[in-house]
Amino acid sequence: MSLDQMTGLDDEAIHRLAERVETAQRYAVPIHKLTDDYPGLTIAEAYRVQTALRRSYERRGQRVTGWKAGLTSKPKMAQMGVSTPGVGFLTDAMECAANARIPLAGLIHPRVEAEIAFVTKAELAGHVTRDQVLAATDYVQPALEIIDSRFTGFKFDLPSVLADNSSSARYVPGGRMRRPDAIDLRTVGVVLEHNGEIAQIGAGAEVLGHPAEAIAMLVGVLAGMGEVLPAGSFVMAGAITAAVAVNPGDCITARFYEMGSITVSFTA
Amino acid sequence: MLETHRIAELGDALWAALRSGRPMAKISELEPESDIEDAYRIQLHMLGLRLAAGDEVVGKKIGLTSRAIQDALGVYQPDFAQVTRRMLFENGATIDLGMLMQPRLEGELAFRLKSDLIGPGVTVSDVIRATDYVTPCFEIVDTRFQDWKIRIQDTVADNASCGVFVLGEARVDPRDLDLSLAGMVIEKNGEVVATGAGAAVQGSPVMAVAWLANTLGRLGIPLRAGEIILSGAQAPLLEVRDGDHFTCEIAGVGRCEMRFAGRAMV
Repeated sequence: MSLDQMTGLDDEAIHRLAERVETAQRYAVPIHKLTDDYPGLTIAEAYRVQTALRRSYERRGQRVTGWKAGLTSKPKMAQMGVSTPGVGFLTDAMECAANARIPLAGLIHPRVEAEIAFVTKAELAGHVTRDQVLAATDYVQPALEIIDSRFTGFKFDLPSVLADNSSSARYVPGGRMRRPDAIDLRTVGVVLEHNGEIAQIGAGAEVLGHPAEAIAMLVGVLAGMGEVLPAGSFVMAGAITAAVAVNPGDCITARFYEMGSITVSFTA
Repeated sequence: MLETHRIAELGDALWAALRSGRPMAKISELEPESDIEDAYRIQLHMLGLRLAAGDEVVGKKIGLTSRAIQDALGVYQPDFAQVTRRMLFENGATIDLGMLMQPRLEGELAFRLKSDLIGPGVTVSDVIRATDYVTPCFEIVDTRFQDWKIRIQDTVADNASCGVFVLGEARVDPRDLDLSLAGMVIEKNGEVVATGAGAAVQGSPVMAVAWLANTLGRLGIPLRAGEIILSGAQAPLLEVRDGDHFTCEIAGVGRCEMRFAGRAMV
């Protein structure tokens, strides 16, 4: 018997919740946090909702391109009372090009984070170490993540966020690709500029001491869901800087030490 | 504008507080009308007392460089102070907290000059060309007032809240890296406790050094070859305790380390 089957919600309830989240995501209509109706919603159940959501997007023709780790900074983990990152899936429909003009009409509370992304060349499964992650990495590169909480008034809790695909919305790969042994990701400085002004500053070690640590933990969370990380996955390790809220007309540039930069702008 | 004798009294009081470890009342409370210029005169008086006691100027520090600290004090420019031989410790040093009052740790990039920089008119390329090398450093800031809820005239008078500093051994040519994007990682007892990058200092530490050269130039003070310039904190201030071991690593530059022992005086 799996962990999933021991929990309280039946498949029908899981699917109802997934539909609720999907509607909020597709039509950019905020919803109340899921725990308002299901106060006992567990983390395992939240991931079942996320999986149902993923299957639904796949049925609609989207392809899962990779994953993201969230809640990877010490302050955020303390705030949420967790010791492992939350994960969310990425699809081809979420990917935007560097220098794109991204419409905000499809988003509710859009905010931008600067991250380091790993593109894998070998499968990663189960319990893996930081070194195994690096050995299975084809290259690393800068990424912007546009997160969006679908919950009214930013009111959320951990199970609701995980069911909402860990706030995944859009992502932008860019900058300069580097082999993982060619750069020390801990000391990669990152400057996030909002309309030309420095808004946030950090370095790679902000992510669990080393971004590859977040990928290792993400693979562990996937194992708990019965999933592996296939070769060719695009995986974002978690925010190096705090998120910046964006509005139509805004421009965001993230600059990375010896990894180039990414710029995107936002339209209504 | 404070009278000369009052400047001397306040400078004497700060010097006494520094040596006794007994904090003094804030200048912003004792003299609410005092301004930044008064504060620099008090700083200079106190420096005179240090030098009379046999100490020697080895460089300068730039403070209030981060937006967060400027917002907290409502002052939108850096400040500066002179640093002396007795404040300087070598890489790996153990600092006795007993000589400090309310210490906090900052990670910075230090510049060593190989030629004089005399403002005004100094540009960032002048700074690069006058720099012998850059190296990571810790500045242990301290306040000789009752607590850290200080105002601009307090910190300026109190030698820009400088306590002691620890210089790394790395010697890197500033032309060889992007000083704005080079990330800084501070670890305490093996755990990452703060990160930042050069951009936290006025957009780039080089900008801060140019600002210093120009500000001092207007006051008739040159930056001399051989001086060490502490360019400003790149990551948030950290608390320190007996037994703590800190490392500070900067991309493309290297790392420095230090320990604390004992108990602070306040």
